[in-house]
Amino acid sequence: MPSLDLFEDTARQLTVCNACRYCEGYCAVFPAIESRRTFEPSDIQYIANLCHDCRDCLYACQYAPPHEFAINIPSTLAQVREATYEQHRWPQQLGPLAGGVRPLLLLSAGALMLGMAAVAALEGVHALVSAHTAPGAFYSVIPAALMELLFIALGLLWIAAWGRSATSFWRSTAARSARASLPAVLRAAGDALTLTYLGGGGQGCTYPEESFSKTRRWLHHLVFYGFLLDLASTSLAAVYDHLLNLPAPYPLWSPVVVLGTIGGIGIVIGATGLLVQKARSDRSAAHLTMLRMDVAFLAALLLVATSGILLLGLRGTAAMGALLVLHLSTVLAFFLTAPYGKFVHLVYRYTALVRFAAEQRNQS
Amino acid sequence: MPERLSCDVLVVGGGHAALCAALSASARGADVLIAERAPAFFRGGNSRHTRDVRCLHDAASPYTSGAYGEEEFLGDLARVSGQGINERLARLTIAASAQLPGWMAAHGVIWQKPLRGTLHLSQTNVFMLGGGRAMLNAYYAGAQAAGVRTLYEANVHDFSITPEGRFGGATVTVAGVDHRVEAKAAVVSSGGFEANLRWLGQYWGDAVERFVVRGSPYNTGELLAELLEQGARPIGDPRQFHAVAVDGRAPTFDGGIVTRLDSVPFGIVVNTDGERFYDEGEDFWPKRYAIWGGLIARQKGQTAYSIIDSKALVHFLPSVFPPIQAPSVQELAQRLGVDPAAVASTVARFNASVRKGAFDPAALDDCCTAGLAPPKSHWARPIDTPPYYGYPLRPGITFTYMGVEVDQSARVQLASGRSAENIFAAGEIMSGNILKEGYLAGFGLTIGGVFGRIAGEGAADYALA
Repeated sequence: MPSLDLFEDTARQLTVCNACRYCEGYCAVFPAIESRRTFEPSDIQYIANLCHDCRDCLYACQYAPPHEFAINIPSTLAQVREATYEQHRWPQQLGPLAGGVRPLLLLSAGALMLGMAAVAALEGVHALVSAHTAPGAFYSVIPAALMELLFIALGLLWIAAWGRSATSFWRSTAARSARASLPAVLRAAGDALTLTYLGGGGQGCTYPEESFSKTRRWLHHLVFYGFLLDLASTSLAAVYDHLLNLPAPYPLWSPVVVLGTIGGIGIVIGATGLLVQKARSDRSAAHLTMLRMDVAFLAALLLVATSGILLLGLRGTAAMGALLVLHLSTVLAFFLTAPYGKFVHLVYRYTALVRFAAEQRNQS
Repeated sequence: MPERLSCDVLVVGGGHAALCAALSASARGADVLIAERAPAFFRGGNSRHTRDVRCLHDAASPYTSGAYGEEEFLGDLARVSGQGINERLARLTIAASAQLPGWMAAHGVIWQKPLRGTLHLSQTNVFMLGGGRAMLNAYYAGAQAAGVRTLYEANVHDFSITPEGRFGGATVTVAGVDHRVEAKAAVVSSGGFEANLRWLGQYWGDAVERFVVRGSPYNTGELLAELLEQGARPIGDPRQFHAVAVDGRAPTFDGGIVTRLDSVPFGIVVNTDGERFYDEGEDFWPKRYAIWGGLIARQKGQTAYSIIDSKALVHFLPSVFPPIQAPSVQELAQRLGVDPAAVASTVARFNASVRKGAFDPAALDDCCTAGLAPPKSHWARPIDTPPYYGYPLRPGITFTYMGVEVDQSARVQLASGRSAENIFAAGEIMSGNILKEGYLAGFGLTIGGVFGRIAGEGAADYALA
């Protein structure tokens, strides 16, 4: 269980916000505060996961440090989010994968070495150093069944982990809240897909520093929609392979390659931009553990996207075999770390937004 | 040797009026220097704690619920401000307030759109998204982009007015170094003296030790004192201040909005003897909250206690300090530190005098007392449902009324009968010209905005002529 002090201090801060209410136009956090008079740990976790860390409220706050009330909502709620991720993580034992860049790099490197060794042993070193271009060329390096079984198993674990976390979080915040309904689910989807609450009052966020900017919202869109395109590309490839009996690699004009390339470029630009912003961002508004999780997740995305683009560019050369193993190693590391790391913000943020939409409908 | 600083327009102070003056002067091409007493975070005086601006408008807008015309506005002002309202300046302020929201938006202020929930659109006021500090951030960013220089922790003194009524320079001390400032014109917008407890003590004696100053600790009025010493004509009653009931546990300075308590109309208020002393249900709270600071300031120990029962708790905004709670009235009194027998007897007499009515917090309802002195005219319900809650109350001073007299060009008027040539005043330091007592929500920013702009433009025109 997270420390009681954190929840006590957050409740104190939210009480100040509830008596002030100057920030109520910024985002969903403040209307959610205003519909309560006291703040139990479950309320606090719900409110914390509504926060998109735009920081508008910090720079607008007349009670921010050095004022003696020391109100710092972005940093405090980031701490609560970290505690939320930890409390509702499943399985708990995979916590060490959640943290930072180090487990990500160790896993990638480990997978890479194991993969190289396995391919060399099973297929011979030539599989790693000679050009393959025929249909099904990738499978001459790594057998299709192995690749598919591995990622299907990890994917199922991922879905189960997120499902458990979402259910656990939803139940823990249910006590004083409205029930979900289809309109609430849809409104929350709209808010999530457009990142309504990285918009402030229309002027954007005070991020990375004190002036307003919409850059972060656009960068996040690039990463998120880039990821969706890559997911679509992978799904389409599975359809081609299994239903149409057309094994990879696909020609450049194939929808699989087009979607994957656009998505990959989106992720590279978006994730790089977000990393640059994070490097420049105001540390006083941040929570360092959360910042490390952010960096690890963005790094994992970047590794997958850049190795994928490299593989695409060089797949006709003798480097293909090695690059394929490299790319799959980064994907493997992504599958192992992302569900427990910062990627999980998607689950809690969306669940909280559904709760918020339901509450707001209930009040009107 | 003191270092020299020169500029076209010196602006003393760093709040809303000061920045309106600085931005207006800069827009006319003047080289502007702002001397702000506070460190950067605490910049802006009481403007940091503001939220909304009262302004004239002839139709509803996305930010207001309906028209607010000149006569209605003036009527509202006359009702609160009592005798001796300077109608000429009041009308000027009201007329010019129509342009204020547009001007402020052009300088980066974002107006808040209606929310469902607590903040319904107001007919009379527009609300800044994020409040006063967000507004100040926008102004300061604009000022910096326009090349306006700002000195923080800058203490202005030795401000001199020549016999001809011209600005004769001032000294600014920053980090222990004195700088003599030469400017072609000066705008003084350094606020009132509400944070100067020693000054208030001249009128209130030891009582000031129990006063809470809601706003900036930097509004100590040294510049006001210097202007008066240098022959500026005073205006407004020096003894008067605007004060509301705040939680007695509030910090002495800078607690701002969150320490206010809106529980008064839903229960009773007793003094340290456990006696009631004023009609808690006289009128809607927004129309009466401003008298309670003064009422409490005149009680023994400048302390009173708001007592409610659990029925009342949901009817007012939560405040920053949790109420003191007890299962019985006696125990509550004990925890509050008031004689339990006296409070119990006051509550019993109050409960016995309550006439049954239809309780309606949104209307002047018919729940009142009969045969009780003082009466409670509305929202009177027996205090009989445990647990009982209490809040200690203290006078929370928002601002003082005494300032310097100005004319419609914002020029400071001198005791000699002449008008200063190039010394202007804006904001709290001159709001007593228009508001001599009472308060209208958001009107302080209106006066500051209107006179800040007039002062800034006048100062720039004089400097560049």
